[in-house]
Amino acid sequence: MMTPENLIVAALVLPAVALLLLNAFGEWPNVREACMLAVSCILFLVTCGLASHVFAGERPMWSVGEMVPGFEIAFKVEPLGMLFALVASGLWILTSVYAIGYMRGHHEQHQTRFYSCFAIAIFAAMAAAFSGNLFTLFVAYELMTVSTYPLVTHHGSKAACDGGRVYLGILLSTSIAFFMLAIAWTWFLAGTLDFTPGGVLNFAYADGKLNDLQLGVLLGLFAFGIGKAALMPFHRWLPAAMVAPTPVSALLHAVAVVKVGVFSVLKVVVYIFGIDLLQLSGVSIWLAYVAGATILIASLVAMTKDNLKARLAYSTISQLAYITLGAALATPNSVIGGGMHIAMHAVGKITLFFCAGAIYVAAHKTNVSELRGLGRKMPFTFVAFLVAAISIVGLPPGGGAWSKWFLAIGTAEAHLYLLLAALMISSLLNIAYLIPIPIRAFMAPLDTDLHGEHSHGEQNHEHGTGNGGIQEAPWMCVVPLCITAVLSVILFFTAEWIYEVLLPITTK
Amino acid sequence: MNMEQIFGLYNYWIVICLMMTGFYIVIASPNMVKVVLGLNIFQTSVILMYVTMGKVEGGTAPIVPPSIANGHAAEAAIGHAAEAGHSIVAHAAETPLADVHAAAEAIVYSHPLPSVLMLTAIVVGIATTSLALALIVRIREDYGTIDENEVLEMDLQS
Amino acid sequence: MIDFNLPILLIVIPMMAAPLCVLIGHRRVAYVFCLLTTYAVFAISVALMMKVSAEGTIRYNIGNWEPPYGIEYVADSLSSFVVMFVSALGAIVLTYAPASIAKEIPESKHSLFFATYLLCLTGLLGICITGDLFNLFVFLEISSLSSYALISLGRSRRAPLAAFHYLILGSVGATFILIGIGLVYQMTGTLNMAGIAGRLPLEHGPRTVLVAFAFMTIGLFIKVAVFPLHSWLPNAYTYAPSVVTCFIAATATKVSVYALLRIVFSIFTMQFAFEQLPLRTALMVLALVGIFAASTAAVFQDNVKRLLAYSSIAQIGYILLGISMANQAGLTAGISHMFNHAIIKGGLFMVVGCFALQLGSVQLSDWRGAGRTMPWTSVAWAIGGLGLIGVPLTAGFVSKWLLLTSAFQTHHVIVAVLMLLSSLLAVVYVWRVVETLFFSEPTEKTAAAKEAPLTMLVPTYIMMGSILLFGFWTTYSADLAAAAASSLMGVAP
Repeated sequence: MMTPENLIVAALVLPAVALLLLNAFGEWPNVREACMLAVSCILFLVTCGLASHVFAGERPMWSVGEMVPGFEIAFKVEPLGMLFALVASGLWILTSVYAIGYMRGHHEQHQTRFYSCFAIAIFAAMAAAFSGNLFTLFVAYELMTVSTYPLVTHHGSKAACDGGRVYLGILLSTSIAFFMLAIAWTWFLAGTLDFTPGGVLNFAYADGKLNDLQLGVLLGLFAFGIGKAALMPFHRWLPAAMVAPTPVSALLHAVAVVKVGVFSVLKVVVYIFGIDLLQLSGVSIWLAYVAGATILIASLVAMTKDNLKARLAYSTISQLAYITLGAALATPNSVIGGGMHIAMHAVGKITLFFCAGAIYVAAHKTNVSELRGLGRKMPFTFVAFLVAAISIVGLPPGGGAWSKWFLAIGTAEAHLYLLLAALMISSLLNIAYLIPIPIRAFMAPLDTDLHGEHSHGEQNHEHGTGNGGIQEAPWMCVVPLCITAVLSVILFFTAEWIYEVLLPITTK
Repeated sequence: MNMEQIFGLYNYWIVICLMMTGFYIVIASPNMVKVVLGLNIFQTSVILMYVTMGKVEGGTAPIVPPSIANGHAAEAAIGHAAEAGHSIVAHAAETPLADVHAAAEAIVYSHPLPSVLMLTAIVVGIATTSLALALIVRIREDYGTIDENEVLEMDLQS
Repeated sequence: MIDFNLPILLIVIPMMAAPLCVLIGHRRVAYVFCLLTTYAVFAISVALMMKVSAEGTIRYNIGNWEPPYGIEYVADSLSSFVVMFVSALGAIVLTYAPASIAKEIPESKHSLFFATYLLCLTGLLGICITGDLFNLFVFLEISSLSSYALISLGRSRRAPLAAFHYLILGSVGATFILIGIGLVYQMTGTLNMAGIAGRLPLEHGPRTVLVAFAFMTIGLFIKVAVFPLHSWLPNAYTYAPSVVTCFIAATATKVSVYALLRIVFSIFTMQFAFEQLPLRTALMVLALVGIFAASTAAVFQDNVKRLLAYSSIAQIGYILLGISMANQAGLTAGISHMFNHAIIKGGLFMVVGCFALQLGSVQLSDWRGAGRTMPWTSVAWAIGGLGLIGVPLTAGFVSKWLLLTSAFQTHHVIVAVLMLLSSLLAVVYVWRVVETLFFSEPTEKTAAAKEAPLTMLVPTYIMMGSILLFGFWTTYSADLAAAAASSLMGVAP
């Protein structure tokens, strides 16, 4: 009924509509949140409608106009972006439900500002997903950085200020110093910034305007410039951003912000460099090793962290490096594996963060060492945690198993067996730092000082005053995390569909 | 550089000396009034440069002599008369008028324009000087001194 | 008839209105009169811009005297562009002014203030629209003298001192320009810019031409505040009244850059300046050094006006960097940054004026926690700051991006890298203020403060809105700049 082009416009306009409605009804929380949920559902439907066109082979386009003379804002949807958009819009609904529960449960301040910034961030994510050229991607990327800053510093405390400073400092610095430079250099070499199947740098490379070293440097500028991909040593912003409220960590740092990062890396590799060019010249191997190092180091650091969110943050850094690895290996299987991991990791990680937030709301615990025995009080939460952890680790029936499988095949195809070993070792490390949490929660006895603890100092009236004090988190927090946990298992069975849907990006 | 250049361009040498003197005073003097005076000398040198630039060798003041001016007036009158239709009178008077023209052309004038431009520059200089002196009066009221070094010290202390 | 006389009306109206403001006497009536004048001037400049877009370059002979006997006014794409934004800023800043000057300038001086403001506006517009070199000098002096007077109105005892230093340095600069004009006149016999461009002996020309060029550019460098001739700027901006800083920071240096463009490109030609002489290298080096030195100095300032003053010196460096590329893209970048920086800096100084009014201080330590009690003003700082950094969707990004791509086009990759690194310094000094406003514990004064009055907030938000608007709608900023650049590169006026 609606043309694909109109669907693109609708998908971009809807978050703006949400923004207006949120601010119009800021005084009436129920109306405000109902509007937000309604708009997010419509957005997901629009995205699904668009997906049916895109996965059937169409490539709808919408050109907005020149923002700077010679550079235009244009949108062109292709399978990778479509997958990312589906993930982002789908998870927005669930995160909205979760956020409502969390913010109300905590009586947080400035809720309208919070939801407004969320809406802008989702808009930026959709704009990035649909971007048709590097310029549009860059604008959306920066918009996301700026719009998520108020979310990270939401609490307004000194810790929030410091965390926000690291966040903004690293992301803006890398994007201005490296990413912008890389984009201008690409424009100078290729004459265009459009995302083209097969890449745009082939002619420059063939003509000799670009030698191997320069190609490697350009790739490095992109990889490090896209700071949201959290490649070491520019990863510090991710743990620093954990100072944000958990819904922020969940959606943004498991789904939107970090995924924009690795999505951008994948898009640049596939549509600017081209898989063939990278395989031919072999300049991306060094990046594969950097990614591999990031995977291992981040996993090792995660094991040392007692704070649950910090541990999950480093786990995220490690998992993002998987996708960067997939991009760097530049084989069809590894690239598809990377794209698939965007979906698998998003669903799994968001569940883990939802659980962390639920634990905080229900029991006010933030450290892993304090979680012993809680599983009996909060069964849904910890079962979901276990299911999601299995997906992150990469074992069936978690969806992550498939994406790791393709990445592993990619390393084997590229004959980089050291990296294959790194993947396997990191899976073991993942088990070591994730699985014990739910196991101990169910098996270990409850810590004595938790018995009979009332929620003192909090106005958490939703938890009744029963004896024992700790109950399952509010249903608005528990339902979304159960849904996402189940989703991570469902994705295991839909992996073949995802593979077929992503296959076209590897061909010209 | 030959003698011709050194002595022939004496006006420029004077301009340069004055200019550098004025500029040095601006830079080196701690007394604000002296700085303003140095600026004045500097600006005066530029005025001199323009005015001497306009001087044509052997040229006189760029004012048309009265005799020729009267001749021109007669010409204008005859021209009017010709328009009125008294052409016989015009024809008869043409030849002497041609001589008048030639006489006027023959005189060498200095160029008036640079002097005129400098009238404007002098006015600008006056405005600048008076504004500067007014500012110095204000500074004197606020700081009690017009010595730059003392003013700087007072600022650093506060 | 009005249509035909637009160029001269642009100058005559504010010039005649200035003494009338003094004669009116009653300060409120004088204010309204002055305000109406500035809006009329803005309307004239818009009409002029439309006329120039439709008909091409307009030449207007004052008093119907043909050049070289008479003075000619020339409105081409570059001059009408600069005239438009200077007059727009003149009108918006004056709309913003009343609450601020009520506190900072004694009431008895208000009529005189408006008169001097109009004279300054006249001078700035005159520089842009004139086609005669000596007339340029005269208007330059008019605008400079009135700005010296305006700056000295500041409350601090250092204001007259700052004005005095600016006066001395500025007069030296103007006199250098005068020397240059004299030498050029000697060589060509005419003062009309178009006439000079035709006659100046540039190929293996006499030394006089070189000396003239040197004097004129150095004189203009002083007015533009190029490093190291910038020492007048920080004090002048810091100690002037808020409204004055707002207006002068947004316009004076940009108009001086315009004069530089006219003289270098239209009179001396690009080929002479950039190929026979090393102006490109000189400008590039001076600009880069200025950007880094000034940005670094800005990081350590506690006085926010001084911070923004150093930031202005750095931003002027970007403009000059664009000009030094001397190609279509670089000139477009430089000219569009003239406009973008004018609205960004004007807006930021307006924010500072709001805080100065409500909190009584421009020291950063006195602004702690003001984000809570003065949210609108603080958010305005954040928006302006993002524009200064050059985040996409703000005006600052447009010119930075154009500058970046032009640097690549001319194979000056080091310049591109350095330019981007300097933006990081901007992040530091802008964000210091943001953090102080939003994340610090409020002092007693900031806790008791009220939001700035609407007469000040609305113009501030008009500026912020235009920063965002011209961040993605560049038809009237970057496209006009591109047209201006191509007219500069193509042909003499």
